[in-house]
Amino acid sequence: MDVLSQLRHQLADYTNSLHRDGFLDDQFSQLQQLQDESSPDFAMEVVSLFFEDCQKLVTNMARALELQAVDFKQVDSSVHQLKGSSSSVGAARIKNLCVAFKTCCDSQNRDGCMRCLQEVNRECVLLKNKLQTLFRLEQQIISAGGSIPM
Amino acid sequence: MAQQGGSSSSGGSRILSGGSINVSPMKPLASLKVLVVDDEPMIRTIHKAQLVRAGINDVEVAANGKDAVDLHVNGATFDLILMDLHMPIMDGCQATKKLRAMGVKSSIVGVTSSGGAEKTAFLASGLDDCVSKPFVLQQIAHYLKVPRSPTNPPKYHNP
Repeated sequence: MDVLSQLRHQLADYTNSLHRDGFLDDQFSQLQQLQDESSPDFAMEVVSLFFEDCQKLVTNMARALELQAVDFKQVDSSVHQLKGSSSSVGAARIKNLCVAFKTCCDSQNRDGCMRCLQEVNRECVLLKNKLQTLFRLEQQIISAGGSIPM
Repeated sequence: MAQQGGSSSSGGSRILSGGSINVSPMKPLASLKVLVVDDEPMIRTIHKAQLVRAGINDVEVAANGKDAVDLHVNGATFDLILMDLHMPIMDGCQATKKLRAMGVKSSIVGVTSSGGAEKTAFLASGLDDCVSKPFVLQQIAHYLKVPRSPTNPPKYHNP
């Protein structure tokens, strides 16, 4: 098997594993389909915006949960935003965490919210690393003279 | 870009004709003007790309309801407005009410992951429809097919 075929095989396996393990859902595939010659890095750009959003929201939620009197409506609003963003990029595990997080906000369970926030933070870091690996594989294919199947 | 059933060899209309939707626009897709209103840059980027990919070249964006209203005050018109609900400065509900009060007859479709009473109130503000985030183009295909006209008034919930 030549280098290009090996890389393509690796990319396909890796992408399938991300879907299989629940990190990504079909929405991510939809994003990749929006890539074309005029915007070859579309998915990467959107993902980058997503993680910027994530960081801001996690920081806001952490600050809100540190206060003596927690404003659970504010935390809920951030959770709602994160759920929308994660749905839009196909970040399935983060989206699902937001469901549990919302329940903790609704019941004004501060400890529950703190645990959910830690989970969200962990999943964001995990997904960011995995997507960096995926995009690196794509770049390797392009550098080897291949193209990414859309 | 107009298609009558089947799949298209033109990439621009592939997404709209990929399902069972027959796209027969009274106006060609390429001449439609769409406004995407959402406070999140990522969402604006995705929605704009979806629309451009479907063959709609004229896609404007606004970061909140006030900016959307100001565009109309300054004379802009659109065939379709995709309106987020939760936005700073002016939310989707307020913006939709304001636009309808101004006499704006464009199709306005809410795009939100909210449900229940919030969604009901959003619909009642003057939307033609409300779809969940993230939307797929088939959900709004109808509003790209049939632009508003005096003989085809908006179906919004609070005329």
